Amino acid sequence: MANKQPFQKRTIFLFCYIVFALLPIYWMVNMSFKTNAEILSSFSFFPQHFTWENYKTIFTDASWYSGYLNSLTYVAINCVISITVALPAAYAFSRYSFLGDKHVFFWLLTNRMTPPAVFLLPFFQLYSTLGLMDTHIAVALAHLLFNVPLAVWILEGFMSGIPREIDETAYIDGYSFPRFFLTIFLPLIKAGVGVAVFFCFMFSWVELLLARTLTSVNAKPIVATMTRTVSASGMDWATLAAAGVLTIVPGAIVIWFVRHYIAKGFAMGRV
Amino acid sequence: MSTTTKPVNQKAWWLILPVFLCVAFSAILPLMTVVNYSVQDIISPDRRVFVGTEWFAAVMRDQDLHEALWRQMVFSCSVLAVEIPLGVMLALSMPAQGWKASVVLVIVALSLLIPWNVVGTIWQIFGRADIGLMGSTLLKLGFDYSYTGNALHAWLTVLLMDVWHWTPLVALLGYAGLRSIPDAYYQAARIDGASKFAVFRYIQLPKMRGVLMIAVLLRFMDSFMIYTEPFVLTGGGPGNATTFLSQYLTQKAVGQFDLGPAAAFSLIYFLIILLLCFMLYNWMQAVGTADKTEASHG
Repeated sequence: MANKQPFQKRTIFLFCYIVFALLPIYWMVNMSFKTNAEILSSFSFFPQHFTWENYKTIFTDASWYSGYLNSLTYVAINCVISITVALPAAYAFSRYSFLGDKHVFFWLLTNRMTPPAVFLLPFFQLYSTLGLMDTHIAVALAHLLFNVPLAVWILEGFMSGIPREIDETAYIDGYSFPRFFLTIFLPLIKAGVGVAVFFCFMFSWVELLLARTLTSVNAKPIVATMTRTVSASGMDWATLAAAGVLTIVPGAIVIWFVRHYIAKGFAMGRV
Repeated sequence: MSTTTKPVNQKAWWLILPVFLCVAFSAILPLMTVVNYSVQDIISPDRRVFVGTEWFAAVMRDQDLHEALWRQMVFSCSVLAVEIPLGVMLALSMPAQGWKASVVLVIVALSLLIPWNVVGTIWQIFGRADIGLMGSTLLKLGFDYSYTGNALHAWLTVLLMDVWHWTPLVALLGYAGLRSIPDAYYQAARIDGASKFAVFRYIQLPKMRGVLMIAVLLRFMDSFMIYTEPFVLTGGGPGNATTFLSQYLTQKAVGQFDLGPAAAFSLIYFLIILLLCFMLYNWMQAVGTADKTEASHG
């Protein structure tokens, strides 16, 4: 009995949190199936006049659905670049000491701390000069500013949890660095890579300020498209809610893939 | 970074190089532009006057800035005080494996993947007294709740929104740290007859140290840069109750289009964050090292 008590408490706590986490989202989902008139006139837990109209608007209007495609494109480019450059760097930070290592590491972090508002104007001028305005690659590159440091940081943390003896044994066994890294080391830090990809995806997906500034038509992200409903005469609550619900979907899919890496942890099959 | 001695190898720089180039391209070049603006009065694109440190002096004396900074500090500290313990508790209570674990993970992480302006909108809808669940429920319970009219309510709503939005980050990082603890540790603790608190204090907490450090720093930095959510929810009001630093900066740069003062303010803003994070980072490193020596002696 004494053993069961804390378990019960934890379950209750978890349940309460989940309710707290889901209620606002449920309210948005609820709203996305209502008409604007119903939202403003009555108050109910379930849509009285259930409608798919709001979703239909989004899927048939190119200015809406292309926003999703644009966002997904630059987020994917950004994730690939971030992880590719961050992996070797994180390894270097976790395994070796070299001239200025602590300073470079901290310098990377400072970029994660810079308010995007600070870089708005310079980015605009830089990408205009390079002729990259309104392309997916521009947003992907701009988001490297905060995603690369984050990826390096997370990966370094996970890599430091792996004993260095594993590396040394592998080198003694005659593994070259690339082969060791790809066949032995990478599988060991799968959890870390999963978490890093997840966070890169997340921060790139939700960022509004830079993505909106660097694009106008061809690469306009969904978050910028959504601000349109705010400026329209009177809020288009219903369409906004539907678009909001749809912005959660790609994220939910990504978590679903990553959950194994997080859940498995690095129980570490020995080399 | 761990404090144990690592072999010196200058060739490791080659591994850093790609990251260095990427970040230099997107950070050093733009930062130089900001520095450039901060010492000039830009009257028109072709007419610029060098003004030295004038903007910096003006910004430092700005009364509104001091107030915004104070509000920001109180807000960021509140965010950490609520989200870190709550996130750790959540990480500890999440199931370890099975379908339940997967479902809970996805639900917990959901709020992180909602674009920030949508987060603002969700809470705007949720908190409104006429169409929102929270707003009308509070009203029915007898609270005279209004996040648009009452400064304290607005502040609390922004805090609650941030807790809702970002606690999962702490929880997920803590959870990933917890899953990295080998079962053998728990078995050893059971043999020793360790209490639940002892397991938490001497096994789980040290193992979560690295990820928790990330969580504290990230939450601190991000709450210090908070912009979109309060902008959508309260627009900085009522009065100035929820006008934080980024809000204030954007008002200056976009609203009044004073590039010089805005750039000077940006740099000061950046330096404040840098200083605070440096202190926090070193402090947490010191705590971690103390933990390690304690463990090795005990």
